[in-house]
Amino acid sequence: MEEVLFFAAAIGALGGAIGVVAMRNPFYSVLALIVHLFSLAVLFLLLSSAFVAAAQVVVYAGAVMVLYVFVVAYVGGGEESAWESIPGQQFIAPLLGIALFVELAIAVLASSLLALGQEGPHVNPGFGDPAAIGTLLLEKFLVPFEASSILLLLAAVGAIVLAGRRVPERASGAGSPGTPREREPGDPAPDAHPAEVPIR
Amino acid sequence: MSIEWYVVLSSLLFAVGAMGILLRRSPVVILLCLELMLNAGNLALVAFSRMVGNQQGQVFAIVVMVVAACEVVIGLGLIVAIFRRRLPLDVDELRELRG
Repeated sequence: MEEVLFFAAAIGALGGAIGVVAMRNPFYSVLALIVHLFSLAVLFLLLSSAFVAAAQVVVYAGAVMVLYVFVVAYVGGGEESAWESIPGQQFIAPLLGIALFVELAIAVLASSLLALGQEGPHVNPGFGDPAAIGTLLLEKFLVPFEASSILLLLAAVGAIVLAGRRVPERASGAGSPGTPREREPGDPAPDAHPAEVPIR
Repeated sequence: MSIEWYVVLSSLLFAVGAMGILLRRSPVVILLCLELMLNAGNLALVAFSRMVGNQQGQVFAIVVMVVAACEVVIGLGLIVAIFRRRLPLDVDELRELRG
């Protein structure tokens, strides 16, 4: 039973990963990544880490993917140009990927970790459940926990600074960080893109 | 299932993600491939935590998840900023920083 679940989830994860790389439309890539994340959650459950699996589904497949879908819908799923800046990139990249996998597989299989070939020690039913992880986070790893919360706050502020709507020019002085970039002659007219026009 | 299978699967997923970063030119898809690589690392962390029978590796995986969420937020913010300035969304054309 465990083998069946493992191989089903592994095929799902691998298929999702290949789908992310192979799909031409970014929207389908995001959908393939969602399949990948759900399969990974099943693998986490098989490794008896329930809380990580739940966080994976709720945080990744829920929140982060919604963000991706919004941005892809906003930016528009444009096709990539056929122009290659590096000649033969389409052939060299898979070769390098395969070489990386071979290298990693050799490193794993040739390692002298004897426990790799076993199923791991027997664990209690409470292994990896929210209570155990929460106790670890709030007692042993309190400082990393707080640091990651500060990091999240910084990321939120940074995203607002990066992507927030620029103030109209009359409101901001010259040279301040909020000033929009000067339009170059080649750029399209301001009316060409309604999302840029301020609402006020 | 022995832990080996999980670790080999994680290295395979990592290689697929790295291949995607080398192959694709749209910044959104490159961010998605970064997610693939981070998730492969997470899978290895959780597998090793199961191998040792210690839950601290799972805490590591959760911290990696937090860092990945921050990276996504900043990366998508950059993509929206690039799009607003009508620059091309193609990493081969945004090469002003290259020496």
